[in-house]
Amino acid sequence: MSLLDYFRSTKKNTASTAKERLQIIVAHERKRRSGPDYLPQMERDILEVIRKYVDIPADQIAVSLEQRSDELSVLELNVTFPDDKR
Amino acid sequence: MAKIIVVTSGKGGVGKTTSSAAIGTGLALAGKKTVIVDFDIGLRNLDLIMGCERRVVYDFVNVINGEANLKQTLIKDKRVENLFILPASQTRDKDALTRDGVERVLKELSEDFDFIICDSPAGIESGAMMALYFADEAVVVTNPEVSSVRDSDRIIGMLSSKSQRAEHGKDGIKEHLLLTRYNPERVLKGEMLSVEDVKEILAIELIGVIPESQAVLNASNSGQPVILDKDSDAGQAYLDTVQRLLGETRPFRFLTVEKKGFIKRIFGG
Repeated sequence: MSLLDYFRSTKKNTASTAKERLQIIVAHERKRRSGPDYLPQMERDILEVIRKYVDIPADQIAVSLEQRSDELSVLELNVTFPDDKR
Repeated sequence: MAKIIVVTSGKGGVGKTTSSAAIGTGLALAGKKTVIVDFDIGLRNLDLIMGCERRVVYDFVNVINGEANLKQTLIKDKRVENLFILPASQTRDKDALTRDGVERVLKELSEDFDFIICDSPAGIESGAMMALYFADEAVVVTNPEVSSVRDSDRIIGMLSSKSQRAEHGKDGIKEHLLLTRYNPERVLKGEMLSVEDVKEILAIELIGVIPESQAVLNASNSGQPVILDKDSDAGQAYLDTVQRLLGETRPFRFLTVEKKGFIKRIFGG
């Protein structure tokens, strides 16, 4: 950071924070909307099964269904295990 | 055949009724026979904004139930030719609006009017769904503020999946973004989302930007649609919006901070 930047770097303005937050949440919710209705329930069920074996918080699992082409959809399951549970 | 336009937003308090009143009045001023229908069953307010609250005899639900006909129920505006209001009912029964009933009333109105403006209630419950179901076009009223933008996106999703046009596989509802309570000064300071920001996030065509204005409260206080206050910034912004709805291209005004002149700085204004 240059000296000039130091003087300029007041707090990041709140409008750009708002925009970034909105872009993330809106993209997330659109994805969810476009997916099938059973996806949230399936996500919860999968989480339950995994939790039988490893104690992980709910936000450490991400399920997404991606339409690759007309005939092919890919279900992606991402689970982050805590370090000590491996 | 009338064009049915729903004024919707998801979030409450962003200016749906103010905008419905202004746009409906503006269309009538432009010579189009227009009716504004209040879909907010139980929380009737369009009558108050239009200044005809003491002339309500029958309401939307009475018409649906066959207790009154449209001719008895429609309130004719006393200021503007070609303008009518169909007031909401104050009943607490949320299911008073049936889809068949709404369809029947809209169909009958369609024969006689050029435009039907559906003033949607807030939320995503049955009343809001009913208001958007039969629409050809939608005006999505949004404030430059996070919760309003998020809710607008939610409603845009519903417009494209839960409407009759979507269900029947017709061309989708034409969606327009109406940004209200815009404050260019705060945008300049980086305290408020800009027009461009909101456009980029919601990705629908912009139909108007209404500046935050004292004229709006003054108008509602006295039961005059703000578009009749032709000297006010908000009134002019709504006039532009109506012209765009009618297919004209107009430059967007009131997007930048107005430099106050010497006289204004001294005497205010």
